[in-house]
Amino acid sequence: MARHVLRVNGKDHEVDAEPGDSLLSLLRDDLGLTGSKFGCGEGFCGACTVLIDGQLTRSCVTRVGAVAGKAIATVESLAAGDRLHPVQQAFLDAEAFQCGYCTSGMVMATVALLKNTPNPTEQDIARVMDRNVCRCGTYPRIVDAIKRAAQQMRTTTTAVGGQR
Amino acid sequence: MSKIPSAPPVLPSTSSIEPERYELSEPLRYRFELERRDFVKLFGGGLLVLVAAPAALAQESGRGRGGQNQQPAELAAWLQIDGNGHVTGSTGKVEIGQNARTALAQQIADELRVPLASVSLVMGDTDRTPYDMGTFGSRTTPTMAPVMAKAAATAREMLIDQAGARWQADRASLAARDGRVFGPGGKSIAYGEITKGQALTGTIVADPPQQKRTDWQIRGTAAKKLDGRAFVTGAHEFPSDIKRPGMMYGHVIRPDGYGATLVTLDSAGATKIPGVTVVHDGDFAGVVAPTERDAKRATAAVRATWNVPAGQPSSRTIFTYLKENPEGEGGRGGRPTVTGDVAAARAQASRTFEASYLIPYIAHVPLEPRAAVAEWQDGKLTVWTGTQRPFGVRAELAEAFHLPEDKVRVIMPDMGSGYGGKHTGECAIEAARLAKAAGRPVKLVWTRAEEFAWAYFRPAGVIDVRSGVDAQGRIAFWEFDNWNSGTAGIQTPYEIANRRIAFHPAKTPLRQGSYRGLAATANHYAREMHMDEMARALGADAVEFRLRHLKDDRLRNVLTAVAEKAKWPKPSAAGRALGIAAGTEKGSYVATAAELSKTPSGFKVERIVIAFECGAIVNPDGLKNQVEGAVVQGLGGALFEAIEFADGRLQNGTMEQYRVPRFKDVPPIDVVLLDRRDLPSAGAGETPLVCVAPAIGSAARAFGKVEARLPVTLA
Repeated sequence: MARHVLRVNGKDHEVDAEPGDSLLSLLRDDLGLTGSKFGCGEGFCGACTVLIDGQLTRSCVTRVGAVAGKAIATVESLAAGDRLHPVQQAFLDAEAFQCGYCTSGMVMATVALLKNTPNPTEQDIARVMDRNVCRCGTYPRIVDAIKRAAQQMRTTTTAVGGQR
Repeated sequence: MSKIPSAPPVLPSTSSIEPERYELSEPLRYRFELERRDFVKLFGGGLLVLVAAPAALAQESGRGRGGQNQQPAELAAWLQIDGNGHVTGSTGKVEIGQNARTALAQQIADELRVPLASVSLVMGDTDRTPYDMGTFGSRTTPTMAPVMAKAAATAREMLIDQAGARWQADRASLAARDGRVFGPGGKSIAYGEITKGQALTGTIVADPPQQKRTDWQIRGTAAKKLDGRAFVTGAHEFPSDIKRPGMMYGHVIRPDGYGATLVTLDSAGATKIPGVTVVHDGDFAGVVAPTERDAKRATAAVRATWNVPAGQPSSRTIFTYLKENPEGEGGRGGRPTVTGDVAAARAQASRTFEASYLIPYIAHVPLEPRAAVAEWQDGKLTVWTGTQRPFGVRAELAEAFHLPEDKVRVIMPDMGSGYGGKHTGECAIEAARLAKAAGRPVKLVWTRAEEFAWAYFRPAGVIDVRSGVDAQGRIAFWEFDNWNSGTAGIQTPYEIANRRIAFHPAKTPLRQGSYRGLAATANHYAREMHMDEMARALGADAVEFRLRHLKDDRLRNVLTAVAEKAKWPKPSAAGRALGIAAGTEKGSYVATAAELSKTPSGFKVERIVIAFECGAIVNPDGLKNQVEGAVVQGLGGALFEAIEFADGRLQNGTMEQYRVPRFKDVPPIDVVLLDRRDLPSAGAGETPLVCVAPAIGSAARAFGKVEARLPVTLA
């Protein structure tokens, strides 16, 4: 057991863990950030998606020892007070969920997608999002939400700034 | 709010649940020997490890438990209005993604004449909500929505009465709107001022004045998910997110095959981990640890050897097995339905058809696996858990721990879906057993592998169909034999004078239970594929052939609506194929068309068109969402889902190996909703799924012979 410093949502947290422990477990159980969900533990459903140094990452198969010093962002970091991130707002506007268990992972994957591809085609969306599962089958709505968010973010890039 | 008194009066029972669905909720039974005090305290710090060998084939039916529970008629049990006019509805139904929370709130808001934002719902909490059998069978809209509407209408009339008494005004001069009662001379009073937060006394009126469906204001609109914001921010607490003070983490030691018996167990490695407790009670074994990681490590450190019975059926032999292993009399079946004279009709038929359709076990794969947090306090057990039957799980817990039901509380936070797959309380029982041993609250979240292997499946089945047509091309007889799938949707909606329809219960090697649409998916697949085969053989148009045998206007309407939208019979591009299927189940009507293109390895679904009718639509966007989702779920069973197993073990029990529909699998879906304000609303969560597979299967026949076994494959 060793002490690790995790930089999560802009704050440093000291945690005791084995280097091979799952980042998701630390986030959820030790830091109380339960927005990231456990879905499969295999990296194949995307419910646990977070951003590490801005890159889409499956936290359930990410080892704590591999992320020391890196910037970890969870869904809890997106909204600024009452103001939702445009991706969150787009999911809300498109009613792009049913049970909502996949939603935080979908939102985070979308944030990563739009960072690299601000104007994605449906093929881009399917390619990047294909490891995120919505078992309720709201995929058409999620695609709609992603397009809405992309449009919103392109028109407000200057207002929102480069961080988003 | 205190517990709802169970004393009379009660509401008349509205739920005529088909026995099959209820019986298919098969608990995974543990036989605890709590009184033996056989937990071994290994460490001063309270480290316990348990070892369990749960009954692999939970074939006992869930019948007969919780039968004395009834729904109270007291208004206060269902509805509260606080001093600020905020309305809280209360229902034993649960929210699992089907949007019941919003749709039921729409009922209340509309009848009470308050904005939707003023309404919230307490759902699925056995101490706070009226008894409910469970959330399944598409029963929420037909049975719970009317209760909510009547409760709200009763309350509205009561509030008007009270305002009238206060003002000594003629009741006819009063009206309720926007959370206020308005009287003569422009005066008005807010509901909250009338109730001052006091409970609404009185009982729900049998037939209070209610809006005509054509006058709906809030029902019939595309209201957004009530607490949608909490889902996009990650703030909503699902069952697996619940945390309690002093909570520890559990894990169950699973057998390495079905029907296994435990031979040896060595927990020495596990108990070396600080803070770990190993628990072993009868058939059950598990660990409790300070963190989830430690629980996982302790589980891995337990050395268990198992004896798995040899010669178990496999996914290759299952279809023969089901036919050769009847469950016997008194099972789920009942007698065959026989109409007319099948033998005579067969003798005179000008052409006969015979086919067998094979339905594999499939898994629900709810994205949130089973999860429970159990807490014992002062002899009372409280469990937060994801289930479609909180009151059923309460009964299971009471039975497992020899407690009266009022010493058990089950709370169901809106969960990460179910699809019929979370009727049972095994995870809650396991968490409670571990918590009892640890003397602390315990969280237990099943792994994905556990969810695949130790939950239950949609039943596998074999469906044999024999039919014949007369010289005029009318179906002369219809014989339909279903082994093990179940009876939902087994009857045919087509007008056929001579028919015999039978269900044959079989022994199942895998634990099986409810599924979205239950057997209606299997039965619709067989029936509609067979209708298609006959139409093809006769050179008849598949839509016209069906209409020829249909009197039911509602079914005719969805069929013609889908044909029109899909531009039947012509595919949108050369080389493509269109297929179609129709059906009715649980009071709603569906027709689905699929357009396929040929690929080197088989085919690709290019487009799905679906027409759906469930009476008056309560929430058009919520309904569209359900219909789209059901189509996507249907694509899984149609195209790739099937559980593979052999030697008592799953062979594809991981998310990587068991393919569920993903972004790339989903074609454009056109949804046509027929709104029938002249008809009461039926449920809609299940039926839109049932015609996806036969629509695809029939289209695939344009490219070659289709295999008997689902998923749809070209021979």
